[in-house]
Amino acid sequence: MSLLEPRPAPSQWMRLLSPLLACVLTLFGGAILFWLLGHNPVLAFRVFFIDPLNSANGLSEWLLKASPLILIAQGLAVGFRARVYNIGAEGQLIAGATLAGGVALWLDGSGNPLVAHITLPLMIVAGAVGGGLWGALPALLKTRFRADETLTTLMLTYIASLGLAWLVNGPWRDPNGMNFPQTILFSDKALFPLLFEGLRVNASVFITLFAIVGFWFFNARSFLSYQLTVAGQAPHAARYAGFSGARTVWFSLVISGMCAGLAGVGEVAGPVGQLNLNLSPGYGFAAIIVAYLGRLNPIGIVVSGLLMALIYLGGEAAQVTLQLPSAITGLFQGMLLFFLLGADVLVDFRLRRPRRHPA
Amino acid sequence: MIEYLVPILAGTLPAATPLVLAGLGELVTERAGVLNLGVEGMMLMGAIAGFACAATTGTGVAGALIAGAIGGAAGSAIFAVLAVWLAANQAASGIALTIFGTGLSAFIGQHFVSYSLPGLQPVNLPLLSGLPLLGPVLFHQDPVVYFTLALFAAVSWILARTRVGLVLRAVGEAPEAAHALGYPVLWIRTLAVLAGGALTGMAGAYLSTVYTPLWVQNMTAGRGWIAVALVVFAAWKPGRLLLGAWLFGGVTILQLQAQGLGIALPSQLMSALPYLATIVALVLMSRKQRLLQTSVPAALGKPYLPGA
Repeated sequence: MSLLEPRPAPSQWMRLLSPLLACVLTLFGGAILFWLLGHNPVLAFRVFFIDPLNSANGLSEWLLKASPLILIAQGLAVGFRARVYNIGAEGQLIAGATLAGGVALWLDGSGNPLVAHITLPLMIVAGAVGGGLWGALPALLKTRFRADETLTTLMLTYIASLGLAWLVNGPWRDPNGMNFPQTILFSDKALFPLLFEGLRVNASVFITLFAIVGFWFFNARSFLSYQLTVAGQAPHAARYAGFSGARTVWFSLVISGMCAGLAGVGEVAGPVGQLNLNLSPGYGFAAIIVAYLGRLNPIGIVVSGLLMALIYLGGEAAQVTLQLPSAITGLFQGMLLFFLLGADVLVDFRLRRPRRHPA
Repeated sequence: MIEYLVPILAGTLPAATPLVLAGLGELVTERAGVLNLGVEGMMLMGAIAGFACAATTGTGVAGALIAGAIGGAAGSAIFAVLAVWLAANQAASGIALTIFGTGLSAFIGQHFVSYSLPGLQPVNLPLLSGLPLLGPVLFHQDPVVYFTLALFAAVSWILARTRVGLVLRAVGEAPEAAHALGYPVLWIRTLAVLAGGALTGMAGAYLSTVYTPLWVQNMTAGRGWIAVALVVFAAWKPGRLLLGAWLFGGVTILQLQAQGLGIALPSQLMSALPYLATIVALVLMSRKQRLLQTSVPAALGKPYLPGA
């Protein structure tokens, strides 16, 4: 006996309501969690979701965190629509950040004024190339050797972070850094300009803005986007229509890798300002949730990315104010995705009404 | 040469033990037609459950393994509700479980960062452990290594030779047919998912209480994902799974012993070896498309809705 019965057609209403439902359920789950930990849920929610946005600095930090999440999720959504499951954006972020950091180390310190002008643009290009290459590898493995991309993208994430660990422990380590695994701090030439004096939010948010517009056009207007969607929803039909499965895989993985790589540049040439082992607080993984929560839609992803950034900020605030471990962020992220997947069932199914047995 | 070979071979069995347990759990789950990509998350939940139990109760490794099994099964229960009963996307539900398990274990684990546990001494099997070469390699291991091999034999036997195993495989190959014969497909899949979660949780508890008896955030370091890859590498056959796990255990140990062997590569690059080997294994399997296509459970990854 199943609890569900199929709807005659997928409910467009539920498609939009389900993320809201998931957020409400996550808040309930969070309230229970706070209560179990001995905190007043109302106060805890204020610390988590309201207080972080009470100041100019808070808003700046919010944008700073939302920007990479939105950027990565835009790229991932292209693949997810085509059922290409790139779950290694974290590795592509690290690859892009590493290559961009390499460019910074190479050009920084040269006194040439011309070099100073091209450092940041070259870092941006390097980040896109690094992330794109790290996405191209699983595309090659998938199209040439049929190796499952969920596994290969993830394995490459571990390899990327170990590669970075080697560089910052070995050849690229700051000689005056007391043996900490990190490079020297980059000079201003290798950093995005700040938007406001005294706040950390920087010009890298324009890359994200540009990507939002670009992906919106791509999604709404291009034939390629339509092909990708067909390839995801009806692979057989796509093959009959002559859309290439291999091209879908290559395009999805390279574009999402490039987005993640660019997000990596935003970190090393932004708030981090060097290469170290704490480049990303799991943005690449959180962006998976952002993409699904935003309905794989470029505008939806902006909203869900802002929400996810708030969960990150709240986690940091809860650590300072409530002395809760910052890992609570991961707990909220997991709950959110669980509830979203559960609520999404109501898009295609409805709960079976109890039938009255004839007497 | 032999003085290097013995520690490598002797270290292989313990290093392979978490992969055997988690791989076996995933194999049971997948043979019932359910793809659970939450292995990494369940392993971490098992690891912290086992560690917390051993650190606070004094029930030792046996208690830790049971607590780990419960922790892993609890994680898999959430997955079962979503992916089995609500017919949600199995790949996405598993990834959600990994994110959740990683977060939950880190959250609970913050209380245990400075603890360390005694671990477990190897036991000498009488007479056999005195054998040259084979003695230290095979017969001088911690008890969980032997327990795992016994469990592996039992589960393989159940899968291949008993009615329970037959029904489980039927549900993974042809759920409609199993349903028509009167078997409760969703319940059988749920039990398979829970059993898989329990085995995976035990793998985590072994890691955190025996293999490296201290708590480190994300201490599974991708072993859950390697276990998922091993099941593909094994073409869903337990025997091949065991060989694959030993192979990967060997690679892990080789990397730790590399300096003794005079390999001068930096340790971080050596640590990347198991992940690289996983990719190589998946690439090698691409030559065996026929084996893969004939042995993959026919209903793997497809939600089942009775009467729909």
